[in-house]
Amino acid sequence: MVQIIIYITLGFMFTGILFSALRFVLGPTAADRTVALDTLTTIAMAFLVLLSLVFKRYIYIDIALVYGVLGFIGVLVIARYLEGAL
Amino acid sequence: MKQILDITGMVLMLIGGIFLFLGGLGIFRMPDTYNRLQAGTKATTLGGMSVILSVGFLEPGWMIKTLVLVIFIALSNPISSHALARANYKRKNYPYLKGGKEYDKYREVYQKEEEEAI
Repeated sequence: MVQIIIYITLGFMFTGILFSALRFVLGPTAADRTVALDTLTTIAMAFLVLLSLVFKRYIYIDIALVYGVLGFIGVLVIARYLEGAL
Repeated sequence: MKQILDITGMVLMLIGGIFLFLGGLGIFRMPDTYNRLQAGTKATTLGGMSVILSVGFLEPGWMIKTLVLVIFIALSNPISSHALARANYKRKNYPYLKGGKEYDKYREVYQKEEEEAI
């Protein structure tokens, strides 16, 4: 039962990643691409935590935390650059 | 007790997956940068928090680290969306409003700030 729910949730999240990656490729301006990157980072964090439950590896949660911190700092730096202050 | 934790985790996981899917769909379908920001950030915050918390419910030994991740998402995601909206406004991409300029309350303050800066 738990396995089925996990696979359904992985399918939903993969569709979300696909849509936001499409917007990341197509987006007309730089701000659209940065918004898509922010969304991609958060969905990928949840994806990694769910993969740690599938494979029973505790270390993947640490990787998700580091990935989230780096993505957050990257989005802040890109926003600062778009503002014209960097 | 184990069954209650399992059922709570499964319900939270389904809710989170549906919200993450809706966030991706909204970021693809919405017409404007501000609408995309609204759809992409808020739905993704709820979905990510709920999926990560559901893993903590399904494996009770990992609860503390998943709580750290949930608190990090709740703190970091609104900050990045606020910074993106402010940067997009400062590039003079003003939001499209049906009623005209007088609904944009921030523009007068922003123009006054810019005149004082010069």
